[in-house]
Amino acid sequence: MIEIKTTTEGDVHEIIVNGEVDASSSIHLDNALEQAFGEHTKVLVNLENLNYISSAGLGVFIARLDEIREKKLNMVLFGMNDKVKNVFAILGLEELLVIEADRKSAIGQIEA
Amino acid sequence: MSQKVKIRITLFIGLLSWILFSFFDIYFIILNRYDMSEAYVDILPQAFLTLFILSTLFYYRYIITRAESVNFMDLLWRVFITGLVTTIISLFIRLIFNLYSDTSFIQNPVTVNFLYHIYVGLVVIYLISTFVVWKRFILYQKSKNLIQLWNFFEYALLVSLAFDFLGYELQSNSFNIALVFLTTFSLVLSFNLKWIAYLNFRQKWKSILFILLSGIYLYHFFLNLTTYSGTGALIHDLLDRVFIVAILIFIMIYAAISVLVTLFNLPTSSVFERKLKEAVDFQKLSQSVPAGQSEVETYEILIDSSMSAVFAEAAWIEIKQSKENKIIKRNINKKTISEVKSAITDSDLGKVVNLEFSGNVSQQKIFTSLSKGEYRSVFALPILIKNEQIGALVLLQEVSDAFNREMVNIITTFVNQASIALENARLLDDAIENERYKEQLKIAKNVQKSLLPEVLPSNKDFCIAAYSMAAEEVGGDYYDIIHHGDGRFSLVIGDVSGKGTSAAFNMAQMKGIFHSLGQQNLEPREFIVQANEALARCLEKSSFITASYYNFDTNNRRINFVRAGHCPTLIYKAKEKKANFLQTKGMGLGVLRNSEYEKYVYSNAIKYDPGDIIILHTDGITEATDQNNQQFGEEGLKTALLKNVSKQPEQIREGIIEELYSFLNGKKLDDDYTLVILKFT
Repeated sequence: MIEIKTTTEGDVHEIIVNGEVDASSSIHLDNALEQAFGEHTKVLVNLENLNYISSAGLGVFIARLDEIREKKLNMVLFGMNDKVKNVFAILGLEELLVIEADRKSAIGQIEA
Repeated sequence: MSQKVKIRITLFIGLLSWILFSFFDIYFIILNRYDMSEAYVDILPQAFLTLFILSTLFYYRYIITRAESVNFMDLLWRVFITGLVTTIISLFIRLIFNLYSDTSFIQNPVTVNFLYHIYVGLVVIYLISTFVVWKRFILYQKSKNLIQLWNFFEYALLVSLAFDFLGYELQSNSFNIALVFLTTFSLVLSFNLKWIAYLNFRQKWKSILFILLSGIYLYHFFLNLTTYSGTGALIHDLLDRVFIVAILIFIMIYAAISVLVTLFNLPTSSVFERKLKEAVDFQKLSQSVPAGQSEVETYEILIDSSMSAVFAEAAWIEIKQSKENKIIKRNINKKTISEVKSAITDSDLGKVVNLEFSGNVSQQKIFTSLSKGEYRSVFALPILIKNEQIGALVLLQEVSDAFNREMVNIITTFVNQASIALENARLLDDAIENERYKEQLKIAKNVQKSLLPEVLPSNKDFCIAAYSMAAEEVGGDYYDIIHHGDGRFSLVIGDVSGKGTSAAFNMAQMKGIFHSLGQQNLEPREFIVQANEALARCLEKSSFITASYYNFDTNNRRINFVRAGHCPTLIYKAKEKKANFLQTKGMGLGVLRNSEYEKYVYSNAIKYDPGDIIILHTDGITEATDQNNQQFGEEGLKTALLKNVSKQPEQIREGIIEELYSFLNGKKLDDDYTLVILKFT
């Protein structure tokens, strides 16, 4: 099950992803990113309540990498638990995505 | 004895006994005339007459078969024809009588008796054949009680045959008692008239006619018999036989009751006919599809049966189809159809005819009257499959208020039956299609199996065992081993993101790329960089592959390897008796699809010793979860390995899989998993 909420504060758009992202639910995450990148350049992805992400969920971020670089978008992921963080790390995504421990440092990163 | 032989024998005995009866009778008349009466023995002609009657009875029992609804008219026709023929012959005899009544030849008792014998033969034939036909009618749809009653009646008749030997005369006391007894029986039996219900209107009229004519023949025979009786010249009067008189009365009673019942059934026969037709149509509908007919034929049967059931003047069926809806119509053109449609557009029925119906049929208004137009009554019913409207049946009448609630039930039943037939046919098609897909997947599974190495070689330096299992029929895991000779070989393991068919296609591409690159004996780093370049061109944007590539050099016990986003390799050091995951950096194939990727490829090198074990796996194992959502995890794999380190790779594999399944405790794995175990010696 996945639950996605979005908020916008000033020029920062935040996507809050709760629950699990698997092959069937990853489409919702993709839609949220699509919409965010259409209107905003500063996007926070709040993963504090994300329990599990499958390879399909990782694929959603990977598919956006080119777009982020080309459009010079600023996307910061934060709040991952250890298990989720490990999944990102094993695949080497830590080196391509901006990942922060908590919201505060994420905002600091995105405003910089 | 075959039926044919039986028929011939009875025919022969009948004929012979009639001749003997006639011969003896006349012989005794002549004896009598010359006053030699003391030699007269009455028993012989009596016996032969009885034999004649019996053999006629058996003859007709053999040739008149069981009554079925299809041959009622044939049986009546037989009675009618037999009666006609016998009557004509008897009229001919009568004619001779009348023409030559003055001559002494005719007044001679020998002549009178001989003609009477012919006459007796005719009467017996007609009576017995009609009796057998009546029997068949009475026993149509028989019950056990009825059969018992009938058998009793027949036995009583046989007894009466024997009774006739006693020579009681008509209207003597004993004669009357026997007759009353048999007549009562006839009356009771005569109320079995189920066959009449199965006649249609025309057949009913015909049977009334036939039975009335049969009655006239009977009356004619009876009259003639009494005339003969009156001459006083007869030695054996047929009317002195209880059997004959009883049968005559039985036939008369049954004929009279049949005619009356048929007559009273005439007005209702159209209703019965319609009900019968409805039942037949109903059956046709339900059988239409299994009989291998197309859907259109089901619709044709539906429209025709419905029209005849409610006396509709015109009708159409519209079936939803992807392009243009299919319309099956009767006595109506497209222009009129759209006129009717527009006339009822805003009512509930409008939704039905425009195929936009949703909801419950039983709460729906099904018929309505129109104030103008060619048709004043409209009846529309949706055709539903799984509560979804696939079409509509519309019936039309020129007069208003032509449809009623009673008709709704019939048509609803028809439509339901058609829907069931159609749904069954579609389910069958789906099942066949599914079976085909399954078959295809089975083939895919076998093809994919052939993409993995069949046997893993072992030599003096190492032993190797592997296992791969897809969560669905096909999966995205891959492993392979490539020998370069001179104690050097490469091992690769890969895992495509996702699972199922799409993963399986990418796995096949991965195999192609890995296999061709593997032959070039590249350094791990070079291998991974080139593999990324090749896969970048063929993988979907959101797909990626994780892999690990190992080069083993058994000459100096060195391993060079690169981890491309794949889950870390587990290594067991025999010296230290410890197992550890090789924590190295690395990025999945297809994550970055440009020259930048090279920056994230990290080469690693380690040494090994004999007894060391290396375990390559895919995340299907470590991410396997039990009912409580707990992962088997890296710790689970490590523990499972440590329990089995002393064994050979094959047993280690079995040991780990066993541990994994006991951890899952019956829960199914939902990802592909692969295990490659390499033990150095």
